[in-house]
Amino acid sequence: MTQPESVVEVDIPVAGTPAAAVGGTAPSRRRAPWWLWAATIVVLVPVAVPILFLAARALGATDAAWNTLWSFRTLRLIGRSFVLTGLVTASATVIGVGGAWILARTDIAFTRFWGVVFALPLVVPSYVLALSFVSATGPRGLIADVTGFATPHLIGLPGAWLALTIATYPYVYLITAAAIAKIDPALEEAARSLGASPSRVFRTVILPQLRPAVGAGALLAALYTLSDFGAVSLMRFDAFTRVIYAQYSGRLDRTPAIVLSIVLVLVAGVFIWGEQRTRGKGTYFTRSAMRPPARHQLSTAQRFGAVGFLGVTATIGVLVPVAVLLSWLWRGITIGSDLFVPWKAIGGSLTAGALAAALAMMGAIPIVILAVRYASKATRWVERSVFMIFSLPHITIAIAVVAFTIRYATPVYQSILVLGLVYASMFLAQATSAAKASLLQVNPALEDASRSLGKGPIATYLRVTFPLMARGLLAGGALVFVTTLKELPATLLLSPPGFTTLAVRIWSAADEGLFARAALSSLILIGVSILPVYYLSIRPKHVLDT
Amino acid sequence: MKRILALGLAATLLATACSSSSGGAGSITLYSGRSEDLVQPLIDQFTELTGIAVRVKYAGSSDLAATITEEGDNSPADVFFAQDPASLGTVALAGLFEELPDDILSVVPSRFSDSQGAWVGTSGRARVVVYDPSVIAASEIPETEDGFIDPSWEGLVGIAPTNGSFLAFVATKILTDGEDATLTWLEGMESNGSPTYPKNSPIVAAVNDGQIPVGLVNHYYLLRALAENPDEPGANHFFEVSTAGGLVMPAGAGILATSDNKDAAQRFVAFLVSDEAQEFFATETFEYPLVPGIEANPLLPPIDTIPTPDVDLSELATVLDVATDLVAQAGLL
Repeated sequence: MTQPESVVEVDIPVAGTPAAAVGGTAPSRRRAPWWLWAATIVVLVPVAVPILFLAARALGATDAAWNTLWSFRTLRLIGRSFVLTGLVTASATVIGVGGAWILARTDIAFTRFWGVVFALPLVVPSYVLALSFVSATGPRGLIADVTGFATPHLIGLPGAWLALTIATYPYVYLITAAAIAKIDPALEEAARSLGASPSRVFRTVILPQLRPAVGAGALLAALYTLSDFGAVSLMRFDAFTRVIYAQYSGRLDRTPAIVLSIVLVLVAGVFIWGEQRTRGKGTYFTRSAMRPPARHQLSTAQRFGAVGFLGVTATIGVLVPVAVLLSWLWRGITIGSDLFVPWKAIGGSLTAGALAAALAMMGAIPIVILAVRYASKATRWVERSVFMIFSLPHITIAIAVVAFTIRYATPVYQSILVLGLVYASMFLAQATSAAKASLLQVNPALEDASRSLGKGPIATYLRVTFPLMARGLLAGGALVFVTTLKELPATLLLSPPGFTTLAVRIWSAADEGLFARAALSSLILIGVSILPVYYLSIRPKHVLDT
Repeated sequence: MKRILALGLAATLLATACSSSSGGAGSITLYSGRSEDLVQPLIDQFTELTGIAVRVKYAGSSDLAATITEEGDNSPADVFFAQDPASLGTVALAGLFEELPDDILSVVPSRFSDSQGAWVGTSGRARVVVYDPSVIAASEIPETEDGFIDPSWEGLVGIAPTNGSFLAFVATKILTDGEDATLTWLEGMESNGSPTYPKNSPIVAAVNDGQIPVGLVNHYYLLRALAENPDEPGANHFFEVSTAGGLVMPAGAGILATSDNKDAAQRFVAFLVSDEAQEFFATETFEYPLVPGIEANPLLPPIDTIPTPDVDLSELATVLDVATDLVAQAGLL
């Protein structure tokens, strides 16, 4: 989280004036309409149920649970998770923002190709990334096989750091890229015409305006890292989630795991609070019509560096995992393994992803409007709860939902509807982050104009606000879609019997050491996720058309 | 946007329709802690044979045991088919299993089933030492797992301390050697800096890749790796004396007391201990068949020659929490 903090210390040329409170002039002082709150509360029910259920269980926890918590080792593991999360967030932010700036604001060639490839690691489940890194490195790894040059084994903190940086920088990149496209180029041009160097323009003009987007992306990266289990366990890095999973699977008494999960939420709270604290009170919308920005002309050396940066990142994030997967698949084919296309799992994944994305987009609308147009203490708690559930280990959420629905909602137990609601609430933070970043860039004067022309508030939201934030919302939906495709623990426990997804197929096959099958499902998963990623990546260009 | 919403809605309706269309008298719901890749072909055989449809929920054995205990009297499951005796024991301790009829229990030697008849063992999984013979000779491997806490094995022995099979071994060691000896062993492994893995298969992969020379795993992961790539260097070593480290753990199945289709559920469990299914476990999953007369994979020593420790498998679940505590206390968790 060090990156975003440094951002706000920079002088904010547009936004620094005290009068420019969030939301501009009048709207912030207006009270939120009751129906906006009503809709938000409905959305928050599936978010709050697991959190409250866990809190209730933790209150009735046994002594053993509290003893686990206070053991020295537990505290040390919290520290380790904290360090890993800090490192990953810093590197993911640098890579994500750097990539977004190069692709949106320089005259580098093949931006579409790079845009898609650069975002692609988003769709590779972090456990597949970690597994492929483990398999590619070392004296008998794929890299040694192909190049004859043995790399050291990638394990522990460096391994977890690399795998999770690759898994999370696309969140920063995509949200930042969407925001960069909407920055008014007039400010940069003014700065440049006054003699500021390109790097100074980037630091003092562009970065401060990107603050909400970078912060949102960095927070998603941080919380993803904190709750990740697949990559840290394969990299054999002792993170806090490992203990939580171990306590779940190794005990009849599940309260210790619940108490530890609550602690994880509190740790996540530090990051959430930090992000909210460092948020500027600036405005981020432009008041004038926008022109496409002039692209910075790179010198030969700079071009070399930029292409090298994109190329190295794409090689580690895309080429290495895909090469490892192909080598497993190839080996399976040559020895005649029983391979088949998992059609049912493809159907299951698409159903799950589409349902989760649709529900999350709908849920994000009232929350984002509240948070941006009627920011208050209460709305900050709404946002916090959305990030809290994002930071919980999925197994914890899944068991809480099992316990809750079997008691109080038996008819919908193990239904696809509950599964969709759980996905949507777990990943709601991605939808709200993307949509919020885009709504912050909509000038509320447009809404005021609509109202002054006699439109009611609902008509204004439908006709003015909603279309303007739709792109960000769709980006959020696409993020939720690809994240849902990677989800495993909740899918396993909450889906109807017989329902399966590609992530389940990968887990099942890899768990049994059937790597050729796991590779086939992984490659299909990457394949079906390319379309939403393609949409996410080319979207910033389209923004200018609207 | 509208299109996406419509698509999502249509998909939901379709999926709901699909999930409610199966069901009825001729079907059971199975919670399987054994993975789809292993057992789905066997389940398909059962359906073909009996006409009974099986709706399967696949997940980790311990996660499903937790799910079943949370579900309690409302569980939609008819049968729980699990990978390890501790998960089965968790459900048995909660009193959620129906006692199995004798004609199912009597097929399998009683030491591989619950002593109260709550679940029956369906296949055997032996704890072994996987090693790389090009680095370490079989004769260098100690007599029991206790030898591995010697400092000469520092950093060399891969373990999966959070894995269900490893915990079942620790629970067994508690029952055979006592808590103190078990903690001493775990602490020895920890102070030796034994590399830890999330589960068995990456240990076998690490041995085959030359990252570590030795690992404590279940016997069949190596056989599967060899089936995918016959050039893998690893080999299995079975302890020659009776020790917790040479435990043969059964996978097994039980019928939920809340099942509303116990006849079909019994036919399914009976099928798992039929000759046909036992042959399947021997040839397809490389496990030990438990029904006498069915031969195991020729690469394996006969199950009767493995000096497995003398423990009541039903008791494993009662010391599971202690096992996890000891693993945590030793700093391996």
